Amino acid sequence: MEIIVCVKPVLDPDLPQAKFNIDPKKNIVMPPEGVPPVMNPYDALAVEAALRLKEKHGGKITAITLGDASGEDILRKALAMGADEAVRINADALDQSDGFAKACLLSQAARKIGAYDLILCGRQAADWDLGVTGSMMAEYLGVPALTRAKKIDAADGKLNVERISASGTETYEVDLPAVVSVSSEFGQARIPSGWGIISAAKKPISQWVKDDLGGDVDKVSGRNVLLALSASSNERTCEIVKCENTAEAAARLAEIIADMGK
Amino acid sequence: MGTEKRILVIGEIDQKNELTTLTREILGGAAKLAELLSSGVEMLLVGAGNDAQWDSLCRGVDKVYVAAGPGISPFDCEAITAAASDVCGKAQPILCLMGQTDLGRDVAPRLAARLNAGLCMDCTDVKYEPQQDRFIQTRPAYGGKATAVYASVPGRMQIATVRAKSMTPASGQEGRTGEKIMLSGGSQQPGKVRLLHCEKVQESGIRLEEAKIIVAGGGGLGGAKGFEMLGELALVLNAAVGATRVPVDEKWVPHHMEIGQTGKIVSPDLYIAIGISGATQHITGILSSGKIVAINKDPDANIFRVADYGLVADYKEAVPVLISKLKERAG
Repeated sequence: MEIIVCVKPVLDPDLPQAKFNIDPKKNIVMPPEGVPPVMNPYDALAVEAALRLKEKHGGKITAITLGDASGEDILRKALAMGADEAVRINADALDQSDGFAKACLLSQAARKIGAYDLILCGRQAADWDLGVTGSMMAEYLGVPALTRAKKIDAADGKLNVERISASGTETYEVDLPAVVSVSSEFGQARIPSGWGIISAAKKPISQWVKDDLGGDVDKVSGRNVLLALSASSNERTCEIVKCENTAEAAARLAEIIADMGK
Repeated sequence: MGTEKRILVIGEIDQKNELTTLTREILGGAAKLAELLSSGVEMLLVGAGNDAQWDSLCRGVDKVYVAAGPGISPFDCEAITAAASDVCGKAQPILCLMGQTDLGRDVAPRLAARLNAGLCMDCTDVKYEPQQDRFIQTRPAYGGKATAVYASVPGRMQIATVRAKSMTPASGQEGRTGEKIMLSGGSQQPGKVRLLHCEKVQESGIRLEEAKIIVAGGGGLGGAKGFEMLGELALVLNAAVGATRVPVDEKWVPHHMEIGQTGKIVSPDLYIAIGISGATQHITGILSSGKIVAINKDPDANIFRVADYGLVADYKEAVPVLISKLKERAG
């Protein structure tokens, strides 16, 4: 099975709000010094899904990322986890919140790779939280898509995908090639082994630029204008209930809660 | 068709064959925008059964396109996207609104890519700016740590998915009852994606989205057993029980109980957060709650920054006291 998996560097989503800074002039997030980007956690699960399919059915996994050089560390991680090849689409000037442009470039890269059976990606990225890349790629490539997968199995040239829904789960059969996005319910992504990290360091990373991929991206980009980006302020003034001991404090809190209903 | 402007709402139906709460919220928002734009409002309705009460479903909009029947399953994103694309061809809307639901998350990006429309996902606000003839959309980003404001491109159709609890349902029963137009069924050929089965979790008790009080637990509960205690507290308060992502990922509770960015967006009068650290992706789902009460043994937990009342304690000690005292009060 030939699998393409899309991975993206993001600001560590566990970064506390206090360290989260925005440059209001440029409308961009300023990562604190010494905090390197991490692989989008949902994308790590997409890599995991690709590896499990390869272990069962054989094949090859190509990891792709889009953007500046910071993406190379993320590709190295995908290689260390077990991906076979890596491609970075060098797109420095890309508006990172432009889902159309990103999906367009990624689908053009998939076309360039050619004979793929499956494209995997995370359900959304932990930075812009759009959750559109997989669906848009499917649209641009004219292939079916299933989103928010919890379980993926392959048989007879088809996939069985269990996906989460608001009220439970749904199981689908989908023809290949297809795009599948992976949700957190999929499980845990593996941690690269020492040997994996060493061998990944030696693997080449292919560098492609926009011109290698055709010019369609200019036709789809710029459909939204980011006017402002600000840190959310959700703080309330918290009254901490303090008493001699927990039992008394909890009793006092029970009074407060009961009085709210009045 | 002239130059009349239209807003298209893609509406969804609940198990009772009525408009979902979110659809009614979006219709309320669409009605307000329509006043500013002097535009009509039309709706594409997905999933309506034969026994639907059409009069009430069609109220307040000019036209209702119905995507139902063989060949158009509400589970078939491709069929719904095709139906939506077809309706957009007929109605030529300048704005298309749908919910940030399973359906909206899947259909909106496909529809936008297909129709070369603009797109803004998970909006908490959609305004119209007449001077520049553009839509101004607000949405959370970075798991709720940031708020982004986007403008649409004038003259280009814009699609926006709307987050639950961010628009107000239209109040009255006034307005005309729109004309119902049944769309011809989709392809009878099996598509490339076929539903094998669908498992609906039996939601016992009160639904999170409609609960007046929610008791929610996080990773601090340490295991499934902690949720039994929360269940007892919920029973006393007539509350629903929710969870953050950790208990879901750890499989202590099923995923439909998850509250937050990748789960449900809730808006109860009272939200009681127990053993919840307060990750932004969870907080973003509870922001419009009336009062927030937090119990956590870590005094520095982020949850206290967004709470109205806090108790720094081990929940195993505090919650049994809450249960017994609230039982006493309830008499």
